[in-house]
Amino acid sequence: MSMRTLPLVFINLGGEMLYILDQRLRAHNTSEDNSDKGVWSENDRKRVMNDIVGTMFSKAFMDELLKPQQLYSHRTLKTVLTRLAHASIMRLNPASMDRLYELMVMAFKHQVLLCPRPKDLLLISYNHLDTVREFVKDTPAAVNQVDETHRRIIETYGLLSEGELQLLRQTLLIFFQDMHVRVSLFLKDKVQNPNGRFALPASGPVPHGIEVPGLIRMFNSKGREVKRCEFPTGGSYSSSIRQGSFELHGDRVVRLGRNMYSVCHPEETHTSKPPSVKTDDSPNLLAKEELNLLARLMGCMKVENVQRSGTGFRINLFSTDKEEEEAGASGADDSMFGVINIQAMQDVQASTELARIAGEFADLPENPSGSKGDDLLAMMDDL
Amino acid sequence: MYHKEKSIQIKNSASALYNNLSVLRIAPRSLTYFTVVHANVVNMVSASWDGLNYSHRQLQSKEPNVATSTSLIMQAAWCVLPSRDLLVLTSQKGIQMYESDGSIMVYWHALDTPETPTAQAVFARGIAAVREKYICVGVSSGAMLVFDIPTKGSNITLAEVLEEHKESITDMASECSGSLECIADLVSADDAGNLCVWKSGEEFQLLNKIPGFDMCCSSVKLWKGTVVAGYGTGQIRLYEAVTGILHAEVSAHARWIYSLDIAPFSGLLLSAAEDSLVRVWHLTQTPETNSVEIAHMYNECVTDTQICGAKFCDGDGYAFAVTGYDLSEIIRYTQT
Repeated sequence: MSMRTLPLVFINLGGEMLYILDQRLRAHNTSEDNSDKGVWSENDRKRVMNDIVGTMFSKAFMDELLKPQQLYSHRTLKTVLTRLAHASIMRLNPASMDRLYELMVMAFKHQVLLCPRPKDLLLISYNHLDTVREFVKDTPAAVNQVDETHRRIIETYGLLSEGELQLLRQTLLIFFQDMHVRVSLFLKDKVQNPNGRFALPASGPVPHGIEVPGLIRMFNSKGREVKRCEFPTGGSYSSSIRQGSFELHGDRVVRLGRNMYSVCHPEETHTSKPPSVKTDDSPNLLAKEELNLLARLMGCMKVENVQRSGTGFRINLFSTDKEEEEAGASGADDSMFGVINIQAMQDVQASTELARIAGEFADLPENPSGSKGDDLLAMMDDL
Repeated sequence: MYHKEKSIQIKNSASALYNNLSVLRIAPRSLTYFTVVHANVVNMVSASWDGLNYSHRQLQSKEPNVATSTSLIMQAAWCVLPSRDLLVLTSQKGIQMYESDGSIMVYWHALDTPETPTAQAVFARGIAAVREKYICVGVSSGAMLVFDIPTKGSNITLAEVLEEHKESITDMASECSGSLECIADLVSADDAGNLCVWKSGEEFQLLNKIPGFDMCCSSVKLWKGTVVAGYGTGQIRLYEAVTGILHAEVSAHARWIYSLDIAPFSGLLLSAAEDSLVRVWHLTQTPETNSVEIAHMYNECVTDTQICGAKFCDGDGYAFAVTGYDLSEIIRYTQT
């Protein structure tokens, strides 16, 4: 399948992650309940955004992503995205990261599924880039990085045919296959059905370049149209609207990929698994190759060293530690809703320990061999 | 015109791939076989006509006797030849051929994969049985591999490589009317919408090339000398194969067409797309005026589903089956 999925995967998933983190950090500012929670100032939030964006859009990281390669497993992606989040002063525990990852992936799955034309995958990516640029607009260096990445994406993907972009989309759809995590925001807006599947509208404007269905035209051997008739279509489509801009700046027209969290209340966004949840226990035969990729990507990322004074900020996506444990244990209980609610806790011990582990990653050699690779994976599991 | 029957449950959901359903009718045993591709696995179901017995089998794509990881499968389809039926699987690694019940692999052809991955994806896609003894398979480079198939056994050989297409092959189809009068035996389609019409033989002969307009042709059929092509624009076009004359153009769907099928005895045409719709059409040929007409017959909406496979279950089009992305069932419809 397509060898060019990774850059778009990171821009879109990373973008969704930043949307969620941004909204949660802002919500935290306006939350009424101040017990147990540290305070995230406007500056703290901007700093987190700048740190993550700076790492994700660094030249070295993008260079790695742009190399032609297969799309790897959810496990690898989740690990890299966790590391990206930890490029800031924020710390997420595994249960929180799991929930966050589900939310990010379901949002991106929705965008890819409803993407009007394969080419519009780029417009969806550009929507993410536009919003990320907004997040860091006060830091020229970060804006430059986003712009540079955007230019490289335009250069790499601008010349692909619709058929190649459809192959890319099909590769992504295989990656998302069988994921039906219910997201309360989607359920509320009727974007997702109670069974976890997305609603596909049978109305609205047709994608750009497509004709409204309903017409049969017949021609003679000279190529002249001799007969025309209509047929009932069973949907209610209208003509396409203008095409979005594929340049560095411009109206993208396509709404998918925009920040859907900026308009909703800064409350809970629940995720829950539908009743029949199957976990994939099959051994990952690509593990070694993925570990190599992981190591190279990690090597590109600098870690925010938490200060000696030890005031790191731990983020829970559940309100108590007990719920965090329960969330980790439960799986098949379909009535369990996880409330994503970030609170910062000053945990000196946890942050220093994490900083130490993170520091070790920065020193990891390019190609861990044999048992060293297994140790790396084990270390991930302990995170 | 049609009503929904009981669906067949399959072990995994269908992947979003073009033409992701193949059907083989085995009249002597009152059975119908179905295959649906899920990532690196092919799900095969054998269904008895009385609806009482179902048996399942799963096939993976990998070299025989080698414990390497499996690869993603692009397509699975039965090839019906006079002497035997073979099940062909095309993947990123190569092409496999099995006996029709999937029990024994009789042939493996590995694709040339470069040492370091290139930006151009490598895979095989597009499968057709041609005349008495050929099976053709398309490749991502645009090449078409022609395999010579003996009446029995595994002495299958690569007879020819046709290099006419420059873009990835999407689908191929052989003349399905059974008529021996038709000159054209095979049509192949690619990512740019270009169609090539061939005559089979010791050396395949290119009869005609019908240009696309840079719009992917995802599914193609050949019936009584007429090419029926489905495009990413949701359009269906009917061409006279040998001359390339456009008979008709239909704005059939609001999204990418993923599957076309023809019931050769009745001239019914099935089209299915990402817009959740399956449409049934009727093709009529008037030899006197040398024209082909298409009339709309029926619509079926599979709610909230991007359809990826649709096939008639018999030569008259009495019944058809449908698969959709993320759906773990084969939905069936029969005429009322």
